[in-house]
Amino acid sequence: MSSISNETVEKIARLSALAIAPEELSMYATQLSNILTLVEQMNTLDTTGIEPMAHPQATNQRLRNDCVTEPDERKELQSLSAFTEAGLYLVNQVIE
Amino acid sequence: MEWETVIGLEVHAQLATKSKIFSGAATAYGAEPNTQACAIDLALPGVLPVLNREVVIMAVKFGLSVGAEVAERSVFARKNYFYPDLPKGYQISQFELPIVKGGSLDILLEDGSIKRVGITRAHLEEDAGKSLHEDFNGMTGLDFNRAGTPLLEIVSEPDLRSAKEAVSYLKTLHTLVRYLEICDGNMQEGSFRCDANVSVRPKGQAALGTRAEIKNVNSFRFVEKAIEYEVQRQIALIERGEKVKQETRLYDSDKNETRPMRSKEEANDYRYFPDPDLLPLCVTSEWVEKIRQTMPELPTQKRVRFEHQYELSAYDASLLAGHKALADYFEAVLKLTPAPAKLVVNWVMGDLAAALNKVNLDISKSPLSPEKMAGLLNRIHDNTLSGKLAKEVFEVLWEGNADTDTIIKERGLEQMTDSSEIEKIIQQIIDKNPTQLAEYQAGKDRLFAFFVGQVMKESRGKANPEQVNALLKEKLKGEMNV
Amino acid sequence: MLHLKTLSEMADDLAEKRYSATELVTHFLNRIQNHDSELNAFITVTKEQALSTAKKADQDRMAGTAHKLAGIPIAQKDIFCTKGIKTTCGSFMLDNFIAPYDATLIERCNQAGLATLGKTNMDEFAMGSSNENSYYGPVRNPWDVTRVPGGSSGGSAAAVAARLAPIATGTDTGGSIRQPAALCNLTGLKPTYGRISRYGMIAYASSLDQGGLFGLSAEDLALVLQITAGFDEKDSTSVDHAVPDYSKTLHDSLQGVRIGIPKEYFTAGLNPQIAHCIHEAIKVYEKLGATIKDISLPHSDLSIPAYYVIAPAECSSNLSRYDGIRYGHRCENPVDLSDLYRRSRAEGFGSEVKRRIMIGTYALSAGYYDAYYLKAQQIRQLIRQDFVEAFKEVDFILGPTTPDTAFKLGEKTNDPISMYLSDIYTISVNLAGLPAISAPAGFSDNLPVGMQLIGSDFSEAKLLNIIHQFQQHTDWHKRMPEGV
Repeated sequence: MSSISNETVEKIARLSALAIAPEELSMYATQLSNILTLVEQMNTLDTTGIEPMAHPQATNQRLRNDCVTEPDERKELQSLSAFTEAGLYLVNQVIE
Repeated sequence: MEWETVIGLEVHAQLATKSKIFSGAATAYGAEPNTQACAIDLALPGVLPVLNREVVIMAVKFGLSVGAEVAERSVFARKNYFYPDLPKGYQISQFELPIVKGGSLDILLEDGSIKRVGITRAHLEEDAGKSLHEDFNGMTGLDFNRAGTPLLEIVSEPDLRSAKEAVSYLKTLHTLVRYLEICDGNMQEGSFRCDANVSVRPKGQAALGTRAEIKNVNSFRFVEKAIEYEVQRQIALIERGEKVKQETRLYDSDKNETRPMRSKEEANDYRYFPDPDLLPLCVTSEWVEKIRQTMPELPTQKRVRFEHQYELSAYDASLLAGHKALADYFEAVLKLTPAPAKLVVNWVMGDLAAALNKVNLDISKSPLSPEKMAGLLNRIHDNTLSGKLAKEVFEVLWEGNADTDTIIKERGLEQMTDSSEIEKIIQQIIDKNPTQLAEYQAGKDRLFAFFVGQVMKESRGKANPEQVNALLKEKLKGEMNV
Repeated sequence: MLHLKTLSEMADDLAEKRYSATELVTHFLNRIQNHDSELNAFITVTKEQALSTAKKADQDRMAGTAHKLAGIPIAQKDIFCTKGIKTTCGSFMLDNFIAPYDATLIERCNQAGLATLGKTNMDEFAMGSSNENSYYGPVRNPWDVTRVPGGSSGGSAAAVAARLAPIATGTDTGGSIRQPAALCNLTGLKPTYGRISRYGMIAYASSLDQGGLFGLSAEDLALVLQITAGFDEKDSTSVDHAVPDYSKTLHDSLQGVRIGIPKEYFTAGLNPQIAHCIHEAIKVYEKLGATIKDISLPHSDLSIPAYYVIAPAECSSNLSRYDGIRYGHRCENPVDLSDLYRRSRAEGFGSEVKRRIMIGTYALSAGYYDAYYLKAQQIRQLIRQDFVEAFKEVDFILGPTTPDTAFKLGEKTNDPISMYLSDIYTISVNLAGLPAISAPAGFSDNLPVGMQLIGSDFSEAKLLNIIHQFQQHTDWHKRMPEGV
């Protein structure tokens, strides 16, 4: 049975880009551990050799023609953000 | 100790489609920021990707051109990481099952030998947007026009052993993708980008050293310099007893050095899994065959054909074949003139190339059409124009709209081939120069050139030099017998 | 009392001009105004748009150009993007989000002239089984306002059950249509995966999500499924499969239809009174000429474990786009880029969403992928195979929709796992991609009981047929909460 430590919660939270308050860590650790316990019931079954199923459909990807169909909607799309300037979306400095 | 350099390259070639890989937004370069970023490119809630057919065709063409296996079934996965230029928080990319597997590319080394470089794979993925670091009150600006532009990532085996080999591989690949018309190859605009995995090991050691990945080097020259710098850096580290760190580094062309990328310091866990919004891509063998029928002649095939069909030297043939537009121009001219291939090559790669170079024009935009070039070569071939006059005509052709025959007529430039006319001039010259004649007759043979020069000058360069030679020799001999 | 009519009756009445679409829509808008403060079924009421659609329907009907459903009111789950109307997905993250496009399902409803009354409340990003995970507060069950309506499409279910709308849309990823339909005494359809376009439907778990409908009867559902089902080139997973006339086959006889009863759906966790209701329903089907057969779906018990890997894994990735950069909530004065991401997302999402994102991230992370994600996909395959095998012997599978009736508000909020278990009979259908309907089958202590019928791929017409036949011989679906 897996149990998730506070450190693991912190690591997952970082990968998930979620700020988790220190006082919430152990709550999440318990809850996530419980979910993992539920999930690990899967281990009661040997699935060796079973083809994984990624999708309910056994069909293939459909393809679209190479046509430009989307007009410039910058004005409308940027009305969704309060942080734009000179046609750009603004964020805190990106350091490469 | 002697060190061996090991280099593998990852090339990101932007595919030259009209629309994006998963949306109908335009891909044209240089548009106003975010005017080519639609709801799908911006990852608005609820939008879904649909794959562009042309992108698949282009990947298959590439696969066929390097003798690779085109996978009947390939799968798009999500590569998950947070970065402001990545709107979905994941990049759609082929991971475990790429569309192109294996293959190889032959490159020409400096010593003239050919080296076969293995291609591991080539897979389809989407490009990210661009971060603009001009200062917006301490903020970074994001332009998503590039987000969703189709990329073919071509991964080589670690077969390259020097910066020069790496550049040769890149140039060969660059030629190839432009030949296939799947990528415009514009490195300034980022259409053809290269990441280099570089490591060093003591010569003779089988195990690979720890590698550093140098990101996004945007010219052939910088690739060479970046790799050379990195190799020296790694050797110096090891010789000092330190270790090479596996990391991503950025090349700074101003300082000519590489430095670690801060944003990539934290080891990423990309959590790849098959994208549930897309189904497996199926490319049937029938479809591959259909695409094969549309394949253009490839650079190597063209080089071999030129050598045989036109009896060109390997050098000329490979130079021509290395540039598709040049090769096409050459063949277009050749179709219009009975002049021998060698003459055509000399003019196309000589005077024409030099003139184009001077004004920085590609042959595809040559102001001198193949028809006009052929017109000039016709007159050289039938001896109407001497080499010198031809150059004069070429200058006029380059400047204006006239054709060769009109220029010749207007300027009276036809080569003088009438023997009696040439003889007349020779006689005049001999008569005018009794002193030189006497000296010549006294045995000063080198004065023969003097007479030729005078005759050519008198004819304003139009006299056929061979005829002048022959007739003059005869005439001078005759004078001696008088 | 226009709200007591079925949708089919409304369509006939409008065609006969017994009343106008404007009168009909006004009547429902008034009901929402008078009753929704108690239920909290709507996040947004779109009064003006609904009235102008109704007005146009009336004009078109005078001109003879109206679709037969033109002017009929509909409630849309707030997971479907609506151009110019706020779409929140029940989340503070999208509290200010106005989509510049319509979801394909919305577009098709609009084309037929259906009048959208508003956007219904839901569990945040469709994660939940009680509608208590909404940023906009819980929805109450019209049968007992101290109880939950089920989730995640709880607002749509409550709205139809309280006759605040004759029909509503929902989405079903693990039971989010069928479970609330069962808890609110409605007929709820989850079509085959790929039957209704997912374009513009905000994704929770892309390989499981499927849009569908809540109504008062199979007959009503058939009318609206007719216009919403079908291929959409904007959705790669939309299936290009012919759309039959769903109303035409409603009256087909059930003589010789084979119905399988899976023994795994009648185990200890099932409320005995629900089991009783289902056995009564089986008797009805026997009378209607169906043959009943005991079957087994041996991997049923692993559907919840597999689901709680696959759905969170997909959701962890699907919800990465909410970063506060291009739209949605952005935290105040972020100190740096990492703070911008982490705080915007932490403030924008509720705790269940965060839990699922973290579980999914964990399951996909290096070293765990095979043990969790790949394993879950293998089990998914086995679950689908169970159904494939079963459908070799029977045409439909019948069982309870939920193990219990509507629970009290707050009863399970501190126990995520017991909440997850309320979807025990519905989840395997999503994993397999099959169509299923939950329909009223009786009552237990005055609370509705639902039965679930599961069909093979694209068997919606037959499913509606067997529910319709049941509804011709029972009146459970006609029962209404007190005060309606």
